[in-house]
Amino acid sequence: MSSPLIQVTDLHKFFPLASQGIFSRVKGDNKAVNGLSFTINEGETLGLVGESGCGKSTVGRTILKLYEPTSGSITFEGEDITKYSNSKMKPLRTKMQMIFQDPYSSLNPRHTIGSIIAASYEIQDITPDGGVKKAVQELMERVGLNPEHYNRYPHEFSGGQRQRIGIARALAMKPKFIVCDEPVSALDVSIQAQVINLLADLRDDFGLSYLFIAHDLSVVQHISDRVAVMYLGKIVELAPVESLYKEPHHPYTKALLSAVPLPDPVLEEKREQIVLTGDLPNPANPPSGCVFNTRCWKAKEACFTTEPTLLQVGSSQVACHFPE
Amino acid sequence: MFAYISRRLAVSLLILLTVSFAVYVIFAFLPFDPAALTCGKNCNDPGIIEANRRRLGYDLPFFTQYFLFLKGLFFGRTFGEGAALINCPAPSLGYSFQQHACVTNLIGEALPVTFSLAIGAIVMWLALGIGLGILAARFRGRIVDQLSTIFVLIGTSLPTFLTGLLLMVFVVIRWHLIPFPSGNYTPFIENPFEWAQILFLPWLTLAFAYAALYTRFVRSSVIDTSNEDYIRTARAKGLSESVILGKHTLRAALAPIATMAGLDFAGLLGGAILTESVFNLPGLGRLAISAVVKYDLPIIVATTLLAAFIVVIMNLIVDILYAYIDPRVRVA
Amino acid sequence: MTLLKVENLCVDFPTPDGLVAAVHDTSFEISPGETLAIVGESGSGKTVTNLALMGLIPLRTANVTGSAKFESHDGPVDLLAMNRNDLRKYRGRDMAMIFQDPMSSLHPFYTIGDQIIEAHQIHNKVDIKVSRDRAIELLEMVGIQGAATRIKSFPHQFSGGMRQRVMIAMALVNNPALLIADEPTTALDVTVQAQIMKLLSDLQKELKMAMILITHDMGVVAGAADRVNVMYAGRIVESANVRDLYANPLMPYTQGLLASVPRMDRPHTERLSAIPGQPPSMIALPTGCSFNPRCGRKSEVGASKCESQMPDLTTRGNQHFARCFIGEGA
Repeated sequence: MSSPLIQVTDLHKFFPLASQGIFSRVKGDNKAVNGLSFTINEGETLGLVGESGCGKSTVGRTILKLYEPTSGSITFEGEDITKYSNSKMKPLRTKMQMIFQDPYSSLNPRHTIGSIIAASYEIQDITPDGGVKKAVQELMERVGLNPEHYNRYPHEFSGGQRQRIGIARALAMKPKFIVCDEPVSALDVSIQAQVINLLADLRDDFGLSYLFIAHDLSVVQHISDRVAVMYLGKIVELAPVESLYKEPHHPYTKALLSAVPLPDPVLEEKREQIVLTGDLPNPANPPSGCVFNTRCWKAKEACFTTEPTLLQVGSSQVACHFPE
Repeated sequence: MFAYISRRLAVSLLILLTVSFAVYVIFAFLPFDPAALTCGKNCNDPGIIEANRRRLGYDLPFFTQYFLFLKGLFFGRTFGEGAALINCPAPSLGYSFQQHACVTNLIGEALPVTFSLAIGAIVMWLALGIGLGILAARFRGRIVDQLSTIFVLIGTSLPTFLTGLLLMVFVVIRWHLIPFPSGNYTPFIENPFEWAQILFLPWLTLAFAYAALYTRFVRSSVIDTSNEDYIRTARAKGLSESVILGKHTLRAALAPIATMAGLDFAGLLGGAILTESVFNLPGLGRLAISAVVKYDLPIIVATTLLAAFIVVIMNLIVDILYAYIDPRVRVA
Repeated sequence: MTLLKVENLCVDFPTPDGLVAAVHDTSFEISPGETLAIVGESGSGKTVTNLALMGLIPLRTANVTGSAKFESHDGPVDLLAMNRNDLRKYRGRDMAMIFQDPMSSLHPFYTIGDQIIEAHQIHNKVDIKVSRDRAIELLEMVGIQGAATRIKSFPHQFSGGMRQRVMIAMALVNNPALLIADEPTTALDVTVQAQIMKLLSDLQKELKMAMILITHDMGVVAGAADRVNVMYAGRIVESANVRDLYANPLMPYTQGLLASVPRMDRPHTERLSAIPGQPPSMIALPTGCSFNPRCGRKSEVGASKCESQMPDLTTRGNQHFARCFIGEGA
């Protein structure tokens, strides 16, 4: 097998928590990403799920070098990009793109959507075959927008259409890898399905790889090949999608899946739900031992003293001393 | 909270030190000979100039001069020697050879005037600006709102010297609404009534411009706040509109006004140059402007520093006040 | 017995581009202890319906017509017929509301205790100490530990889920007969959502309270609702008991909505069936049935009929109503 498209090894991203003023002392770090390792193969979609504050968005941004990693390494197509400067990243940015959650705020309201999509060509100083306008209109058609709307402004489009504009913008450079950060969570249900289908089609047509970040487990299940579950800056379980949803091994994964309501009143009545007590601990001061020990119903002494590492259980990798 | 305040105080001191140094550097390297200026503009006697240079310490190296200035602030300073000894007790800001007085004393005389002017003006403009702003927001789009827009337009576009002159001409001279402010500034403790009478028009002049700004700001702040979700929550509880406005909306909407008012007040304390000139008030602004005209360097340095000092201190007060109003910025 | 009976509710917003009928001719009822879910996409009118009942739509911005008969503590009243000042008496006492975003729905400058006490004081002429004890009691009831000291905390010192609990405590302080929950868990994480939905259902049983649950999440509806109203473009397009609706959706929009939800209990390789097109602009609604431009089943009754006439909401037996020409009169 060829080497993976993306390889992330022991990635850390800490944000210093500084108090205000000149005489401030650094009070510690928000350990947003605290030692992650994973790979994404060509044409593969890795889903990244977790609750708000678990660091999943930071992972996406750090891989694209929008944040400087604190430690660890990121390789893209075998090339170690961890220490790359902005100018060295620039040619690679054509191959690595991002789609954002909020289609309303990520488009400049004063630019026509034609020029928003075309901006990618200008930044990289590329003239596509047949001219920019033709290329942009082809893209618009591909993502399901009317190419005649080339000269319209973002406010003339609905939420779902704006997300399509965002997708077209990301596709303009013919990328190999796209970080999708909560791409459908701002959209209505019926539109969500359209955008998920579009993303799946584009992946299959262009051989794209996705890091698909979302909090909605059902959405992630539908688009991903493998899924990583994050909790407090760490991956607690990483597994092929079928086994993760059928046989979750980590207690947190289990609790998370049991909390998802099913759109079926008959099943809902029978659903056994593990209600997690308490709140997420402060990421600046994670619990010692297993990060989940403050909310885990199975926690024993080992969980408070030793940090579990990701170990193979069946086809899954689980960071738990007592996997299910 | 205590740690926060002491940290802020330390930062403020550092800022003041930096400002004082910067001011000193600027004036030290101006292409004037400060000693020559001490004996008037057309003084050419090199003997007097040299004598003054020594008496004022302008012959010393730059850093020594700056150090002596700082030392004077805390321990007082003596100028000259022998029979012509001049002593300015701490806090000494220098000695003005043109006015033949310690700068501290000159400022001591001018500051109460400016303070009186500023305090009256701020009371007036806050009352007018907040009141009108709330009315305009409450009755948005109606006649009160439209009138307030006209007021804002006039207030922000008329320069204060013109407002002052117009008020003088019409209110006093034409319409005789209040008697002509006869005589000079009277301190509050001597005769509060006369004090207010003399200052009334200057207050009005200053308040007019500021009130217009504040009306506009309060209006938009109240409107923004009333669209907040927590105002909808208050309404859903069954509170009456007046309680919602008075207790919920205004508390949040007026919080930023405290910051604004504090800084504007500080700005005025530094000297309301135009208003003081129009109404012939012997305040800091006039002291500074006449010093500039006469190249009276010690006074210029002192008034500049004083203005910086007031701004820094007011900033600190405003921040502490804001932390009191808004629990979210209280630092544990 | 019926707690609330809404008939022919219309809410029109005059705009420079014309009249927007945010809610059109809507009727429904709810009994004590019952949970009615109102589902629909953004702009479908589900929130406006309830803001109108609470009297929270500014009078100058909208025309509200229709009637809403409500069994209050002081006997039957019509919420839409009384003036705003009289309505205030019932708001927060007989009916209360919780909102989507617990982050912004609490006043940042007041302690949570003050805010709950205030809600109690408006409707009860009692000593402040009584209200304080009531606030602590409710905070304990919604699962906030150390309530006696926590009432001195400010909202920013709580997590999102905890703030929603505070909002619930505040809404329930006067034992309302009806709770309107507007997307109460949309801004929350799924594990917190589970906690809050369980809390709401427990409290509802305990207090025999009726609840109108506004949401777009078909999963939440399935777990919580007794009856469901589906709204589209300002109208109820289908109304049924929850099991009926999920087992046998009649209106093509409801069918599409249910089919487009990704489900964890289905194979992940299955392609989602999306409803084509975009939700209509409320300023320029299509003629005929509002859903017709996106409907794939028009041919079954003849497209021209759907494109020219608005179908009525008609009964299909077993308390099931649908607004569609398909299967009408069958």
